[in-house]
This record gives sequence, structure tokens and C-alpha cells, in this order.
Amino acid sequence: MVEFAGWEMPVEYAGITQEHLAVRTAAGLFDVSHMGEIEVRGPEALALLQWVTSNDVSRLEDFQAQYTALMSPAGSAVDDCILHRYDANHYFLCVNAANTDKDLDWIVRNNKFDAQVRNVSAEYTQLALQGPKSVQILSRLTRENVASLRYYWFCRARCCGVEGLLARTGYTGEDGFEFYFSPAESERVWHALVEAGKPEGIKPTGLGARNTLRLEAGYALHGHELDEATTLLEANLGWIAKLDKGEFLGRDVLLRQRAQGVRKTLVGFEVTDRGIARDECRVVVDGKTVGRVTSGSYAPYLKKSIGLAFVPPEAAEVGREIEIDVRGKRVRARQVRLPFYTRPQ
Amino acid sequence: MYPQEFLYTKEHEWIRVDEDIGTVGITDYAQKELGDIVFVELPKVGDHVTAKEAFGTVESVKAVSELFAPVDGEVVAVNSKLQNSPELLNADPHGEAWLIRVHLSHRSDIESLMSSEEYEAYILEKKGE
Repeated sequence: MVEFAGWEMPVEYAGITQEHLAVRTAAGLFDVSHMGEIEVRGPEALALLQWVTSNDVSRLEDFQAQYTALMSPAGSAVDDCILHRYDANHYFLCVNAANTDKDLDWIVRNNKFDAQVRNVSAEYTQLALQGPKSVQILSRLTRENVASLRYYWFCRARCCGVEGLLARTGYTGEDGFEFYFSPAESERVWHALVEAGKPEGIKPTGLGARNTLRLEAGYALHGHELDEATTLLEANLGWIAKLDKGEFLGRDVLLRQRAQGVRKTLVGFEVTDRGIARDECRVVVDGKTVGRVTSGSYAPYLKKSIGLAFVPPEAAEVGREIEIDVRGKRVRARQVRLPFYTRPQ
Repeated sequence: MYPQEFLYTKEHEWIRVDEDIGTVGITDYAQKELGDIVFVELPKVGDHVTAKEAFGTVESVKAVSELFAPVDGEVVAVNSKLQNSPELLNADPHGEAWLIRVHLSHRSDIESLMSSEEYEAYILEKKGE
């Protein structure tokens, strides 16, 4: 167990590799109760969210969710999060645990609208069921037709007798669900899911595999690919920056970058020599240090050493070789198209 | 659990000495702490290793760990199986997954190492921390 944002978190249960493979081939269950939840309500909830987040909230229908970023005036992500719309006056944000207080404070400070903002993290626990067998497993515990729930949509569901928010979302690159419900019921729901998933070979999955899974899927992790010195465009998240939706925090910076270019670009790479590039390793192009690895690991499903790194825009090119300084030794790596892994359709 | 005929370092390597040849590996405790091992980097035959200094690295999915030599000596054999099957280190750290064999420069180096009883007491203390 390690401490993470004040929570005791399991890094691994049976081992990162087998947990990772279970999610890719069957199912894994994550205790992500550390994640923060923030509720935004009121007739001007939409106006506030349009102002502080980058994606276009007006495109959401009731019970639809979107991946988005809480924005700074510098065009960077204060945090990345999933926004759920219950109805026009009621939204639910899932944010990174370590950022919850900061996010809440930021939203409140920018609330020049008549919206009610509340940290409801203590009222929710979250379990994530991920993997190709998720539908099959979850169907045994709810009457809800979970197979028909679309990707990035959610519903109010009763799962093994417990009411909650059930969303078809995840952070692994696989099909799956995230279930938010009362912390008092967390043990019961956890055990029920583990039991229900036995025939499929469900595995409890820790933070270690959560990181390797999201990396193979090419997903950003706040504090690694996203920070105050990185704009959404630089982090390849232009697709969640809806510059035509109207004014929002940081929009002018993003518009300027779109016209004039970015300072750096996030690229994916595969190490072609022997070795594993880790977070913070230096990236070398033409003998010069040009950036750092933001996330690097051995990828248990792809069985390769992969990573994400920032390089100058002119050095970013799929197929082009870069070098990475791994504890004083230069290893060669090749830039590859992201994501590293896409699930079979 | 920890073979009597091995001697141990505080960095969780073991050595089995036969005349002036020592076989070196990592302990079961070390492989458990590391988790799934995916990469091993070892010296070449003919290289010199120095007691208490790093002679290679072992990496799991989550972490990198240096390997420390229990003794001074010249490398006379390297376990070539580990390059393609690093997971052997999780499966059989005290047997098939030995790392290197060295020709000891001074047999006296082994006097400062721990016996299996001492090592077991040492890791019990570690686990309590």
C-alpha cells in the first residue's frame, strides 16, 4: 500500500502484469474511491461550466458525459476531469483526488454566475469495472440494460441493491463502467463484483496497472502530461478544446497557439534498444536535451518499453528516432502513432 | 526459505561460494518487493565487479533497482537465460535465475556478509518498518 493524496492505495494485488492482462482480456476491478466529486447546480450551472472548462458543455444531453479540462488563463489544465450532466441545472464532475480542493477553490473563485458548487467527494465512493467482460459481469448485478448504455453516457442504476451513478467510462482503453455510490456500501459492492466476475476471471487491480493501462491507451495523467506549463494543444488535447463555443478561461492563449504554433508537442515513443525509459528521463535529439519523458514504462500487454515525452514541434514526427538518457546511458527510441494500444472492435 | 549455504547482503543479493567461485543472485524477498521483473542488465564475462558497488540493474514494471556485488571479483559466467526470460527472477530467484558467477579476488570479502539466519532476522525487521 502507498499513500496517495491522503488515501492508502494498493499498488498491486496479485502483480501488475497479470492485473493488466486481466483488464485487456477479461475484467479488472479498481477501487478508485479516492477520486474527487464536485457537484454544480442551478440555472447558471451551464454558464459557469462553459467558462471554466474547455469542452462544449452545451452539447451534452441529460445523462451524457464528456472528458474535459478545468482551465487556467494560461491555456493549461488545472485538472482534467469527466463532466456528467443529470439535467440542465445539475452537473457532476469527477476530478483527480490530489486536485479536488484546488479544483473546488478554482471553480468557486471563477463563479461569477449564480451556480452552487459543492465538494461531494465524501458522499461517493467509486469502483471501476474495466475489460471486455464488464457487460457480462455487471449484468448479473443489475436490472439495468448495461449493454445498451453508450460510451460516455450514464444512468441512475441499482447495482447489487445499491443506488448510484453508473457511467460507461474508464481510464484503461477497454470497455467498462465506473460506478459512484455511497461509501457505506463500498465493501459490499466490491465483494459482489469480485464474486460475480469469478467465472470470467475478474481480478482486483491496483494503481500500478491503472497507470500502465492508461499509458498503453495514450491517456494523459495530470501532473505528468498535464501541468500549468503545458497547454491543451501541446498535450494533444485540442479535441477537448472547443475554441468556437464562446469565451472560456485560456481560450485566447489556445487561439494564439493554433495560429502561431505550439512550444512543444507530446509524442509517443517505443524504445528500440534494450532498456526502459522512465518518467523524467531526458530526451535527446541531435545531441541536445530537448525535453523529458512524462510517463515511461514497460507495457505489459504490448510487451515493449513505451513512453510519452515532450519534444520541440519540429522534432515531432512519427517514425523519427530520438534518444533517451536512461540513468546516464543513451538508448534509442522511435516515435510512434498514439495511442499505443487500441482495443479490438 | 533462505538457503543455509548462501550468504546475503543488506541489498538483498545472495552468493554461494564454492572454492573461489561465487554464484550471485537476488533473494526471494527482493523479487517480491520488485514485483513482475521485465528487464535485467548484467555485466559481461571478463568485467570486474567491486564489493558494495552496482554491477547491473533489474527492473520490474513499477521500479528500477540496482544490483550490488557482494564481493570483488572477475565475472566468469553470466546467466544468458535472463535476457529473454527476466520473469525467471520471480519464479526461481534462488535457483535457475542466478545472475552471474565471479572469481573472487579475496575470499575474505565474504566474512562481512550475513548468514541465512541473520538475513531472515534482517528482513523481518524490514517488514516491521
